[in-house]
Amino acid sequence: MSEISRADVEHLAKLAHLSLTEEELDRMASELGVIVDSVKTVSEAVSDDVPATSHPLPLTNVLRDDVVGHTFTAEQALHNAPDSEDGRFRVPAILDEE
Amino acid sequence: MSEHSSTDSGDDLICLTAARMAQKLRTGEITSVELTRAHLDRIAAVDGGDHGVHAFLHVSAEEALATAAEVDAVRASGGAAAEALHPLAGVPIAVKDLIVTVGQPTTAASKMLDGWMSPYDATVVTRIREAGMPILGKTNLDEFAMGSSSEHSAYGATRNPWDLERTPGGSGGGSAAAVAAFETPLALGTDTGGSIRQPGALTGTVGTKPTYGSVSRYGAIAMASSLDQIGPCARTAEDAALLHELIAGHDPKDATSLPDEVAPFADAARRDDVAGLRIGVVKQLRGEGNSDGVAARFEDTLDALREAGAEVVEVDCPSFDYALGAYYLIMASEASSNLAKFDGVRYGTRELPEDGPVTIERVMGATRAAGFGDEVKRRIILGTYALSAGYYDAYYGSAQKVRTLIQRDFEAAFDDVHVLVTPTSPVTAFRFGEKLDDPLAMYLNDVATIPANLAGVPGISVPIGLAEGLPVGAQVLAPVREDARTYHVGAVIERLMQGQDGPLWAQVPEPTAAATPTSGE
Amino acid sequence: MTDTTAEARPLSFEETLETFDPVLGFEVHVELNTATKMFSSAPNAFGDEPNTNVNEVDLGLPGVLPVANRTAVESAIRLGLALNCTIAEHCRFARKQYFYPDTPKNFQTSQYDEPIASDGWIDVELDDGEVFRVEIERAHMEEDAGKLTHQGSSGRIQGAESSLVDYNRAGVPLIEIVTKPIVGAGERAPELARAYVSAIRDLVRALDISDARMERGNVRCDANVSLMPKGASTFGTRTETKNVNSMRAVEHAVTYEMRRHAGVLSAGGSITQETRHWHEDTRTTTSGRPKSDADDYRYFPEPDLVPVVTDAAWIERLRATLPEPPAERRRRLREAWGYSDQEFRDVVAAGLLDQIEETVDSGASPAAARKWWMGEISRLANQRDLEPAALGVEPATIIELDGLIREERINDKIARQVLELHVDGEGAPTQIVEDRGLEVVSDDGALTAAVEKAMAENPDVVEKVAGGKLKAIGALIGPVMKETKGQADAGKVREIVLAKLGIEG
Repeated sequence: MSEISRADVEHLAKLAHLSLTEEELDRMASELGVIVDSVKTVSEAVSDDVPATSHPLPLTNVLRDDVVGHTFTAEQALHNAPDSEDGRFRVPAILDEE
Repeated sequence: MSEHSSTDSGDDLICLTAARMAQKLRTGEITSVELTRAHLDRIAAVDGGDHGVHAFLHVSAEEALATAAEVDAVRASGGAAAEALHPLAGVPIAVKDLIVTVGQPTTAASKMLDGWMSPYDATVVTRIREAGMPILGKTNLDEFAMGSSSEHSAYGATRNPWDLERTPGGSGGGSAAAVAAFETPLALGTDTGGSIRQPGALTGTVGTKPTYGSVSRYGAIAMASSLDQIGPCARTAEDAALLHELIAGHDPKDATSLPDEVAPFADAARRDDVAGLRIGVVKQLRGEGNSDGVAARFEDTLDALREAGAEVVEVDCPSFDYALGAYYLIMASEASSNLAKFDGVRYGTRELPEDGPVTIERVMGATRAAGFGDEVKRRIILGTYALSAGYYDAYYGSAQKVRTLIQRDFEAAFDDVHVLVTPTSPVTAFRFGEKLDDPLAMYLNDVATIPANLAGVPGISVPIGLAEGLPVGAQVLAPVREDARTYHVGAVIERLMQGQDGPLWAQVPEPTAAATPTSGE
Repeated sequence: MTDTTAEARPLSFEETLETFDPVLGFEVHVELNTATKMFSSAPNAFGDEPNTNVNEVDLGLPGVLPVANRTAVESAIRLGLALNCTIAEHCRFARKQYFYPDTPKNFQTSQYDEPIASDGWIDVELDDGEVFRVEIERAHMEEDAGKLTHQGSSGRIQGAESSLVDYNRAGVPLIEIVTKPIVGAGERAPELARAYVSAIRDLVRALDISDARMERGNVRCDANVSLMPKGASTFGTRTETKNVNSMRAVEHAVTYEMRRHAGVLSAGGSITQETRHWHEDTRTTTSGRPKSDADDYRYFPEPDLVPVVTDAAWIERLRATLPEPPAERRRRLREAWGYSDQEFRDVVAAGLLDQIEETVDSGASPAAARKWWMGEISRLANQRDLEPAALGVEPATIIELDGLIREERINDKIARQVLELHVDGEGAPTQIVEDRGLEVVSDDGALTAAVEKAMAENPDVVEKVAGGKLKAIGALIGPVMKETKGQADAGKVREIVLAKLGIEG
């Protein structure tokens, strides 16, 4: 069965910015293994010549005219902010550079 | 409670179809304030407490009554303004708490959005406001619409009015239960894999998933963008059609919204012609997966259709066997991405790490760990996995190909038949906790509803009777943009399967009777 | 892998080239000058109060959906065509997923394996006129991020206790232009780097799809550098120096990275594939983030947007709006105007090609147009801290001024005064000359009187002139000018003096 290790889940949780507990990592690894086993069949159902459908309906070129619409005031923008200062959202220190 | 009782209580007002309420408002027999107040009273009586239905996360009595008073004033003034009122003006409605509303909190039943107030209205909310429909409040759901029982709500499960020890289904259990318990005549839901139709079936109500793009998604908190669709919850196909007509139509804010004119769905729901209809039964969804009671009611329905003059044939949709797998991969992938924005930076709750340095990365991790429940985390991890380097082709890529196969199966089927019918849910309402620890068993609830989401086709669930005292529903599916067919055939089945005691929605037991009053509170 | 020889001293540029050939690559981000953002109708504007050019879409609020900006898509197609690219018949947007507080949705809506434009080229002209063709891999559409300000003693990300986020820039339309690896530039690699960025800037300006102001970050460059041993054909490990945001910095950064790589490689070390940060003050780079697992961006097609499909009619309509390629236009104008190479380079560097072309097209001589724009107009603009074009001097004004000079109604000095008065709002040149009585004094009576007076007052000068030192006349012109308030024609004064002394002119 499962090809999903605890380390895999740990890596995925890091990518997804979810701080999982040790217990959650264990549980998630086993649950995910079962789920993945059950959905794996999809790759058996299809062949290379089947095109992918990412959208249920074939709409194309839905574009917007370049006309200015409404904006928020800084006060409205920050209304729900957990922390703000000087008209801007405040966040704790950033470690990673990029 | 029955439509035919003749007391002067509020029950008289609330145990009606929305169409009938609208008619009484138009003729001046009742006012919207009376109607709205009757519903607010009903919510107060049955929704709260340890054994209440708990369909609502927020009730907005003041706002609803103000809207009602405005509509009454316009109607009383007569003249052109009264003439211009929308047919549903003054009829109250409830909104699934996944759809954003100005002036009322929107939580998605998640701790993540506890206390969040949207500065903008969803397009569907704008439409119901413009139509003068009083918004009674926001209804409960599985957190971020992820679940099939409403048990994954961070604010407690909704109870099924037919049996308060059972779930109303999900994710939109709140909207369906509120309609079933006469707390509202109409509600808005969202359907990503069956979240409108399955609760409809489990509560003896009607629920529609429109053609993808028929109703704007702007303002519905996205779970899976290519599957999500807002739709109506109601007592009858006609009521659902009336609400669908109001909320459908092109929205320039949603690039996936169809540019089509809105078809007269309510007219379709009033048709009763059956002869000449060719109805397909999906072989893959007919048999063993269904409980005995569901299978029996479904076969009764096919018999009734044949008797009424329809031709019933079995159709083969082999790729449906892979629909559940494809659905979970696509849904989880898109959800993992759509839910990335909840990070405690711009809105919502922010959680600090329990120990160690306070950096933004660790705050985001702690916020998301504390704000999301188990099922949400499970799907985020699954989706992250399905999209990650090295797995994309096998999982997400293959799932998108299965989607093509499912569309082809539908196309082939609809070359042959007008509509497809299936049981909506393989089982009737299940007990709390019964499937909570087994994600796969929970996912199986959606086996019949998800092909429609993958292919974008419209579907309606209508009640077809009881099995062991619990409602059973049948689903009618039609080709994309042919929502009118679902209303036509849905209404036909609704009438055919209505027993001697009248429509099923009128037979729901009184929820307060079953509730055991708790002492000491 | 750790860079064991990180301490190795960079080689000199000459030493570097003795052993290695550089391979370059550029990713240039161009911010478009559309009225609104890529996926929302909030204004695309620079310099406003923080978090005021945002709506629910730009803040990534729950429930919002993007809708793509038609003008931005058309700008991308036009740029693709100008870069000689193939325009995709069918392309999609994709989500590039990473968490960062300046990215409101924690993914950037971009394009991945289906860019709107691919496989093109641009001819880049080096300082001496040599043309180097740079191959373009792709150009794709995406959105910009918000702006972070780091709080703390240094104002830099390192050591900051917290950061402030302004989402005004979030969602501004970007086009990212990616080159294929550029080989064979050799010692001219740094110069080519500058010239390439300059060529892209000129191109997007000519297309009028971007303000192209590098100091505002409208054009931003990431420079990839690797070295391979001379004569080899296998590329070395590259580094990506991020956000090198001036022409000069691009040149210096490429120089530095070439020298640094050479130092590491010559000392037997290896280059770590990583991003590098450019420091303008020291003209060096420092190590950024190594490539890692965290770079799993989990791209997938953006499900909230539908594909962009181009047909021939749309493309041809856009192709018809393309300006002449900047390099071709420069060649054509230099020939037509007959400027020296130096003169022409100065005009290009001053950014006055458009103005001079318009002035010449309106009937001015190329020499006069250059004289006015590069001279007095630039000086006045400089004084006023404005771009020359912003002074509002019309070609007709220049032609009128030039005419007044050629008709000898005013001299050069007066003409400069008239221009300044015109710029200050006094009306057309002829009107100013008439209103202020600035016309050259050529009436013999008044002028002769002034000359006689000057000769009488400067007998020593007169003696010198009479003695054959004609240059001494200059000393008489001053007093005459003073007497006539500058309106005398110098040539005329000379004539009168010579006539009075009976000398043949």
